[in-house]
Formats: sequence, structure tokens, C-alpha cells
Amino acid sequence: MPADTEVPPIVEMRGITIRFPGVLALDNVDFTLRPGEVHSLMGENGAGKSTLIKALTGVYAIDSGTIAVAGERRTFHTAADAQEAGISTVYQEVNLCANLTVGENVMLGHEPRRGGGIDWRATQKEAARHMESLGLAIDPRSMLSSHSIAIQQLVAIIRAMVLEAKVLILDEPTSSLDRGEVEQLFEVIRDLRSKGVAILFVSHFLDQVYEISDRITVLRNGTLVGEHLIEELPRDALVTKMIGRELEDLATLEKSSHRAIDRSGTPVVRAEGLGKRGVLEPADLEVYEGEVVGIAGLLGSGRTELVRLLYGADRPDAGQVEVQGAHAKVHSPRHAIDQRISFSSENRRAEGVVADLTVAENIVLGMQARQGWVRKVPKKDQDAVVAEYIEALGVRPANPQALVGNLSGGNQQKVLLARWLATAPQLLILDEPTRGIDVGAKADIQKKVSELSSQGLSVIFISSELEEVLRLAQRVAVMRDRRKIGELDSTQVDLDGLIDYIANAGEGSAA
Amino acid sequence: MTAMATRIQERASGPSFLQTFLSRHGGMMPTFAAVGILLLLFVGAEIFLRGDFITPRNISALLLDNAYLLVLAVGMTFVILTGGIDLSVGSVMAFSGILGAKLLADGVPAVVAVPAMLLGGAAIGLMIGILVQYFDVQPFIASLAGLFLGRGLAYVVSLSSIKVEESSLLWLQSTRIRLGDWYITPTGLIALGTVAIAAFVLHLTRFGRTVYAIGGSEQSARLMGLKVARAKVGVYVISGLCGGLAGLVLTAYSGAGYPRNGIGTELDAIAAVVIGGTILTGGRGYVIGSMIGVFVYGTIKTIISFMGAEQSWMQIIVGALLLLFIVVQRAIVARSEGRR
Repeated sequence: MPADTEVPPIVEMRGITIRFPGVLALDNVDFTLRPGEVHSLMGENGAGKSTLIKALTGVYAIDSGTIAVAGERRTFHTAADAQEAGISTVYQEVNLCANLTVGENVMLGHEPRRGGGIDWRATQKEAARHMESLGLAIDPRSMLSSHSIAIQQLVAIIRAMVLEAKVLILDEPTSSLDRGEVEQLFEVIRDLRSKGVAILFVSHFLDQVYEISDRITVLRNGTLVGEHLIEELPRDALVTKMIGRELEDLATLEKSSHRAIDRSGTPVVRAEGLGKRGVLEPADLEVYEGEVVGIAGLLGSGRTELVRLLYGADRPDAGQVEVQGAHAKVHSPRHAIDQRISFSSENRRAEGVVADLTVAENIVLGMQARQGWVRKVPKKDQDAVVAEYIEALGVRPANPQALVGNLSGGNQQKVLLARWLATAPQLLILDEPTRGIDVGAKADIQKKVSELSSQGLSVIFISSELEEVLRLAQRVAVMRDRRKIGELDSTQVDLDGLIDYIANAGEGSAA
Repeated sequence: MTAMATRIQERASGPSFLQTFLSRHGGMMPTFAAVGILLLLFVGAEIFLRGDFITPRNISALLLDNAYLLVLAVGMTFVILTGGIDLSVGSVMAFSGILGAKLLADGVPAVVAVPAMLLGGAAIGLMIGILVQYFDVQPFIASLAGLFLGRGLAYVVSLSSIKVEESSLLWLQSTRIRLGDWYITPTGLIALGTVAIAAFVLHLTRFGRTVYAIGGSEQSARLMGLKVARAKVGVYVISGLCGGLAGLVLTAYSGAGYPRNGIGTELDAIAAVVIGGTILTGGRGYVIGSMIGVFVYGTIKTIISFMGAEQSWMQIIVGALLLLFIVVQRAIVARSEGRR
């Protein structure tokens, strides 16, 4: 039953603002949680969901705003403070100790004592009683590590209940569970809700949010978009609120999406049933010569996971990859590079540019890796290549000796792009190449992608900006909930149609 | 309590006794293995030496000759259970021993000298613990600093051996409590008492359980609201205290303090702990196992001296055993991770 608005809230956050160096992580956000409701916090990565949760649980200090729990103003300094006040969190990765028993994990720090020592018999009994009350019938004396992640997650929730939590925060609890396990978890959540526990639920899975929630609060870029009852917010409205619309003057850019692609021959790369348990359900993907295939979907929908499996950065446990029609073993990025597949990661700082090297060194890195480290690329060739790409992509400053760490995000991205292009790939995978960069750099990169693909380069283009995907890609693969739900011809669909597809398609068949 | 429609159960049929045992006590396997090896050594030596090895005298001596190592291994077990390491204990033992001998030689009464030895060890442990916890220094480096500090302090106290004349300290070793042909000295009782107290603390106090939790996952332990900082500093203080106590035991045993005592003994203690089944990454192991580990170590040493072989064989055999146990540990850890 959805909670009554009349019930006094258990948590009231008002005007929460948190600043990190150079970033306004939360800007004057309000959030209200009522007893006996499941309240989903929605927004894309970077929208401020985690920051809001961490503000509530005392991990981050707030710069301004107030937090009241059960009508009383509180300031939490540590996770332990928040626990005292009845706010417990179950994190995405199970935060228990795998080396201890189930019962011990439930009771750790709260074991009954007798005569100066822990009374183990009473501890196990107490643990069993708590487990029983949530219907978990496993041996409390078995090791936690002998159970599945799903069971471990339930144990974490039971532990929260031992602390008599009035507020239970579930941060991406279902990301590594299969469907049956999610059902078990939801059963427990409904049970807790009926006992009056307020549950804050965060998940990337839209289906699950709609299945379990009573209310939704949407954040975008650190600001509050709104709070809605679930029945008043259809899926497409939610997705539109989460993504927002960017008004940009990119519309004038050259489009490559209308170019006809010859799909009669052998695809450059074909993935068949590529998947990994708990990461991605098996998916197919084909890319033909000169084609730009877009991958659309919310963050966390499996976009990056799909290309990482294709590239060999993660090892698939199902499916196979063919390059130019021949079966190819792509088990590591090394193999992918040998097959002339290049991958530019969305995480350009951690997995991309080397900040302490110069522009020239960063660009040459990819070529050199392809050659093998022993055969040095001649200096003259290096200089020629570097000059060519600095010119072609408009890297600013146009100084090959500048340290990459001092460049803006957009220019770092261009350097990264140059590095992969210098390896002369036949397939270039770009994961969020334009995130967080200015409009000018964005336009440069889009133009280059369009130009190169018309010369025969195949590209897989992942972006959260759907306009961009529709402009560049001839075909768009749509992902949701770690599954490829379909493929669209981008000449046949407009932005609203794509949003609608991301939000609703395949609804009937997905149980 | 609501009666729920579905009960969440992993197995429909009741698990067998063996399955239950393994799911509960899988972590004890390395310790059982150590017991097996100890028995194997006993039986092998008995056969090889034609019934001359398992005698009350030899077994009693095994405990007494290794009492100091046992005390060190107990302290080391606490540290390794949190995933740390303490390289300082050999030096701390030497410092404590020479400090005690010097104080007693200067006419300080034993009731002052002995607490000073223990506190000296605990203080070095506290320093290491604070470095590790609050200055985020690697345990290896922090305790390496403790190693040099302890050794340096020992040389500051005296560069040469100091004989102990104090009767109460010598009493610890010279008194033999006999039971038939078996005997034990107060130093042996100190060592066994240390094991017993440590086992109590590790298994029956919240501090002890926090030590295990930290070894399992420090971040989890913190998020569970456990007193992580206190426990992490605590284990180094305990290890330092054990170092001080081992200094007392060794001084009583040898009748003198010597600043060059215990060079490399920290490595013997680590070896004994690992052979006894405590996993170097922390979270699994038993102090009883460390005792078995010390006995394995001591038995190998005894057998080699019985055989009249070079003591270098000792190091080769201990090295081989360590390798074996670390591989076994890796297999166990890999298996439990594979299940997740």
C-alpha cells in the first residue's frame, strides 16, 4: 500500500547543498521519506543520488541545509551515528565479512554476553530469530562465503533489522542478482514496508523501480527535478526528466545518420550471444564497413558492459566474436588490438590518457603498443602522425610537448581519439567520447567521426546524449536492464520515439 | 512477526553431516593440516630414531625450548588476523630482555623491572599501531621502523650480554613442576597461559571478533559500526606486549640479556603462524594453530639436531613447508571466492 501523505515523515532533508572542489554536487535539494513507503531515488550517474545518500548517512558533511529524523534535527558525522539514529544502509557490494559465519555477521558488535565473554549459544539463537522473522532459513553457523550474493544481501538487510532500523537504504541492491533472487529480495522489502520501515531504493533497473516503488524522487545534475507518486509518473516522463533536454546549436552539424550502408557483405565485427552472468544477458551485435552503430540506453543499462566484452576488457562467459567473418578469440585488449579494434573508455582519466606525458607521447602510445615495445617507431614518423592529428582534430594548445594533464577535458578526449586513430583501426569503439566537454570540442569530435566513417571506418558510438547518437549512427542498439532490447533504424525514429523505446519497449515480454 | 508465504532456503533436502561441517568449519582445514604434519613428524622421527623420540622428556623440552617463540607467535597471530604484519617482535624481544637484565643488574627490584619490560614492548607496539592506523603507513614499513628502533634501543642499553642474578627471574626457568616423567617450568606455563588468554580474547570478546572482521574486510567492519581503529591499534600493542613477555621468557631461559638476541626471530614467528593455518591476508586462523605451528617448527629443529645434520636443513625444510602452506591457503581462498 502506498504510504499516506498525512503520515509524519521519518526523514526530512531540506535545502541540502554539497560542494566538492569545482563541482556543485547537490544544489538546494529537498527529500522526504515517510514510514512504510518504498521511495526510489532516480537520476543518471552524477545526478547526485549517491551524494544525497551519503549526506543522509553521515559520510559527507553538508554545506547548507537541514536533516531531520523523526522530527528531530540531526547532524551525523559517521556511518555509526546514522545507524544509532535508525538509518541503515545496504550497499551495492555486500559489506559483510565473508570469513565469518552468517549468524556472526548478523550480530557482530551486538552479541549477547555472559560472564565476561560472548555467549555464542544466545548469539546464534538471536541471529536465527532475526533471520526467521524475514523468512531466511539457512544455517546461522555456516560461513557467509558459502552463500550466494543474493543470500548475503538478505543477511545484510537482516543485520540492519537487528539495529532496529527505521530507515533502510538499499543502494543498487539488485545489480548482481538474477530474476528469482530479485523476487526474494522484493518479498522481504514488502514485508519490511508492511512493518512500517521506510525504504529508500536506488536502482538503474526501471522495471524494478516500477515494480516495487510507491514514490519517486528524480534528480538531475545535482538539482531536484521533482517528487512523484509512482502512478502519476509514466515511464517516458521519468526518462525525460532524468535525461533532460540539452538545447544546443549542434543541430547545424553534418549528419551521417542518413548515409546508406551496404549490409550485404560480411560484417567487420559480429558478436553472437555475447554475455556474462550478472553483467550482461547474451546479446548480438553487427557492425559493417563504414557504419556507425549507436548504443543507447540509460547509464548502467549494459552499454559499456557490452563493448567491454566485445573488446576483451572483460571476459565473456557466453557467445563468440567474428572479425571479417572469421572466428576471433578476443580475450584481452591485446587480442582486440591485433584484430585492429580500438576502444576509447568512458573513464578517460583513469583508463585513457596518461596525464604526466605530453600530447605527442600520448598519441604515439597506441601505435607503439601495436608495434610491440621493442621496435621503436621512428621519430620522424612519430612527429608526422602527431602533427597530422593535432591539426585534424584541432587539439588546443597545438603544442605536441604540452602535458596532457594540463589540457581541458575536450582536448584530452581529442588526444585519446588521436591515439586510437593513429593505430589505424578497422573498428573504433567510443564510449561517451563527448561527456563533460564543451560544445566546440563536441562538434569537432562528431565531425571527425562522421568523416572517418564515410572513409570506411566502422564505429560503435555510445552516448547518453541521444541527439548525438541519432545524428551520427545509422543504426541504434537499445539497452535496458543489462539486456539488448532492440535495434532501431535511426532514419525511422526521432528523439521522442527513441526515449519512448528506451522506457517502454519490450515491456510486455519482460516479466 | 509476519508469517511469510515463501521461506528462503538454499537446499530443499537436508544437508549431509559433511556438508554442514565443511560449510561451518572450512576455515579450520589448514590448522588440521598442521596437526597432521606435526603427527607425521612425530611418527616419522619415532620410527627413524627407533622409539627414542616421543619421550616425556623430549616433548616437555619441545614446549620449554620454544616458549619464547610461542609467545611471539601468539602476538603475531593477532596482527596477521587483521591482515597486517609485525616485523619488530624479534628486536622488541631483545630490547625487553636486555632492558630487564640491565635494570636487575642495577639493583632495580623485579616487581619494577618486569612491568618495565612489558611496557617497553607495548610502547613500541603502540607506536607501530598508531603509524598504521592514523598515518596510513603500510604495516610492513611501520613495523620495520619498530624493528630498527627496538634493536637500536637494545644496543643503547648495552652492547654486550648482561647476566641475570635475580633469583625470582631464574626461578621461572629452574623450577620444574613434575608429573611423572613430564615436567613444565613457569616459563612454559606463561606461554600456555598466553595461548589460553589469546584464545579467549579472540573468540569470546567483541574486540576479538572485530579483529576477525577487519581481516575479512576492513571497510565492511567500519560500515558495520565496529570499533576498527581501536582494534587495529590494539593488535600491535598486543604483539608488542607479547614481544616484551617473550623477552622475559627468553631472559629467564638463557639466564642473561643479550642485545643480539632474536635476529630474524620475527620471521620464525611469522612462519609458525602461517604453518599453523593463519592466512596472511587476514580473517582466518586460530591461535591454537599458531601453537601447533611452533611445535612443528620446534620438532623439525629437534629432529635435525638428533640426526646430527646441518642446521641449514632446518631452514630448507621450513621454507618448503611455508611454500606448501601458502599454496594451500591460496587454494582455499580461491575456492571460497569462486563460490561467491
